[in-house]
Amino acid sequence: MGKVVPLGGNYAVAYAVKACDVDVMTAYPISPQTTIVERLSEFVANGELDAEFLHVESEHTALSVAIGAAAVGARAYSATCSQGLALMNELLYIMSAMRLPMVLTIVNRALSAPINIWNDHSDFMSVQDAGWVMMMSASNQEAYDEVIIGYRIAEDPRVLLPVITSMDGYIQSHVVEPVEVESDEDVLSFAPKRRTWYVLDPDKPVAMGSVGDPNYYYEFKRQQWEAMKEARQVFDEVVVDFAKKFGRRYSAIETYMLDDAEVAIVGMGSFMGTIKAYVDRARKEGIKVGALRVKLYRPFPADDVAKALSNVKLVGVMDRALVPGSPTGGHLHSDVIAAIKQRGLDVRTIGFIAGLGGRLLTMDNVKQMVSALIKYKDARELPKEPIFIGVRE
Amino acid sequence: MSALPGWRQLPIGAVNLVPGSSVSYKTGEWRSLRPEIDQEKCIRCRTCWMYCPEGSIIEVDEPYKTKAGREYKVTYKIDYDHCKGCGICANECPVKAISMVEEVI
Amino acid sequence: MSKPITVWDLPRDELLAPGHRMCQGCGAAIAFRHILKAAGKDTIVVMPTCCGEITSTVYPDNAWRVPWIHVAFENAAAVASGIRAGIEVLKRKGVIPKDRQINVVAIGGDGGTFDIGLQALSGTLERGDDVLYICYDNEAYMNTGIQRSGSTPMGAWTTTTPVGKIWRGEWRPKKRKDLVAIAIAHNVPYAATANPAFPLDLYAKVKKALSIRGPKLIHVLSPCVPGWRIEPDKSVAVGKLAVLTGMWINYEYENGVYRVTTPVPKRKPVREYLRLQGRFRHLSEEEIKKIQQLVDAEVERINKLIGKEVIGPVEG
Repeated sequence: MGKVVPLGGNYAVAYAVKACDVDVMTAYPISPQTTIVERLSEFVANGELDAEFLHVESEHTALSVAIGAAAVGARAYSATCSQGLALMNELLYIMSAMRLPMVLTIVNRALSAPINIWNDHSDFMSVQDAGWVMMMSASNQEAYDEVIIGYRIAEDPRVLLPVITSMDGYIQSHVVEPVEVESDEDVLSFAPKRRTWYVLDPDKPVAMGSVGDPNYYYEFKRQQWEAMKEARQVFDEVVVDFAKKFGRRYSAIETYMLDDAEVAIVGMGSFMGTIKAYVDRARKEGIKVGALRVKLYRPFPADDVAKALSNVKLVGVMDRALVPGSPTGGHLHSDVIAAIKQRGLDVRTIGFIAGLGGRLLTMDNVKQMVSALIKYKDARELPKEPIFIGVRE
Repeated sequence: MSALPGWRQLPIGAVNLVPGSSVSYKTGEWRSLRPEIDQEKCIRCRTCWMYCPEGSIIEVDEPYKTKAGREYKVTYKIDYDHCKGCGICANECPVKAISMVEEVI
Repeated sequence: MSKPITVWDLPRDELLAPGHRMCQGCGAAIAFRHILKAAGKDTIVVMPTCCGEITSTVYPDNAWRVPWIHVAFENAAAVASGIRAGIEVLKRKGVIPKDRQINVVAIGGDGGTFDIGLQALSGTLERGDDVLYICYDNEAYMNTGIQRSGSTPMGAWTTTTPVGKIWRGEWRPKKRKDLVAIAIAHNVPYAATANPAFPLDLYAKVKKALSIRGPKLIHVLSPCVPGWRIEPDKSVAVGKLAVLTGMWINYEYENGVYRVTTPVPKRKPVREYLRLQGRFRHLSEEEIKKIQQLVDAEVERINKLIGKEVIGPVEG
């Protein structure tokens, strides 16, 4: 049994990182991530955590240091968001393809321009094809637990892909919620440190980061696809183990009142709390609406999503990042359509864009979404452009 | 062309597990001039061995006695599989014991 | 003062295997051989994207007989810092034996050090990470085909500073960025210049650097056959002339003390160095004189630093 402590999301993550006995930490300050690394440096300064804490001069260096550390077998950790994540972009692809494990926490924040320190999913979504396992939490407890689950998945010899855990900036990172903090021993026994990957060792010299010319590159990419497939399997195993050990049950998706829903809203992150609250209200008015929160984004739980939505007439997918010029305007919407279509299901979708740059979602906004879903539920033609919720026209 | 390994056979992450595996790539084929050491003239000063960019001048513990009676403990042999024929050895040899001759295939 | 090393002190072990694709006569290849001889097999080598990297690890060929890693272009120093941090903490936690000596050596080109890699290098030096950073400087982005870099000397032809009606090679009348001075500005315990045409000096410097804890930097001149337009058998000769003309000064800095390790009592005129290289073929008398003046000024500066005339006047 852990101890329930009031913690902001950032501090919760810091406690999880400490419990995982991380070896090398690096980070460069960026709002709203900063309090993670501040708390971690306090742990190191007080001798509560024995780790090398590198004060790096940019996020690009932060991930470079993590790659170097992982390459010699150390458990590495970093945290960033927005511009920092964009700056380390090339290294995300490199680390995944080099099959080195680590956990990176993204404290979801909008990408410039305009410069905006508040919360949306544009940074998280921008790295979806880098080959990292990606999870998004919706509570501080979940943010804490994701780090522990993350190391178990990353270092699993069937996976060996780095893992992104995330939470909404300010909404979770700086808001205090009760978090059950587990003991270091319990956490380490759940996510023990094992040398499951190739390391740089003078006794057994290897070369990492070779040139992969057209005769070889493709095969290594094919391996990554396989690793992601394994990760889907490993995720399910790990969350079952986690429930057994700590009593908290997670899954790739979280469904809310979908069984008899005619319409549903799909989304990710902390806004789903507001969505669920409105679903309760709408249900009282007799509207058969449900919600689906995607927690595991990569590998995308296509089977689960399609199955959960299979009886819904019209699904509204809420994206909190905009892709100008894409058919749907949103990453999540495109993924949901693909999942449904691949399985030949007769489920229709429309898209919502909401909460860009920290624009909060009100109950009125959700009412707007549900009204749109009711309006289009039996319509012949569906809007092909996303509906921009909450923008001033 | 021999069959290249499939994605299931290759180590993950493009990690190269064999140190020095490049020796199978015969850069000796690049040459148009080949160095030849005159063992009689060679004074075993190590200069050519020191400067060869390929490490293709091998120092072997083979004693050698010149016709004039000088005795040496080592001999220098050229790894023609890898020697690129740059000519640095011939250029730097203090006694001009190395000549660069045209490579004939 | 330790016994000066001789050519017979160089170990026979070749930690750089042949079969790499470096050009005929490559100065960097000579440098790498001796760096590795000095560092030994308990060394992890970190490289950025550069000539040395792409020619030595074309999958599945691997010319390194020590553990080796390449990540990206601008972060050799950063990856090296991460490796060192990982090793130290794993030693503390008993995963690696505490008395295990492992050298962490980053070897990067001038492009990846002077330009795109300068920030990461600065961070590593400033944090005091125990890493030896060696910059092998062929004075342009040679890997991608001889483009101008922050270390391209005045007057040199490159593909992005070609010789035409308005530009005549690298026209900036400059002394190049002084990498050793940049390192010293970070308060490193050791910094030096070296040259593969003087392998014993390079070997001794790498050995000395690796005996010191903290961030160290060695700046190595790397004669380049295609980039400098020289004959393949002349790269060592050109390297020697660089020193003999004063265009390259072999010196070291250790805890506040400067020492020139290859004194040159009588200098040759720079013309002797320039005329062996096609990249300087277009230079007029006026331009050669400017280069001579730059060299004279640098020689004077070094002599002042040392406190005596270690690099002498131009002969004749």
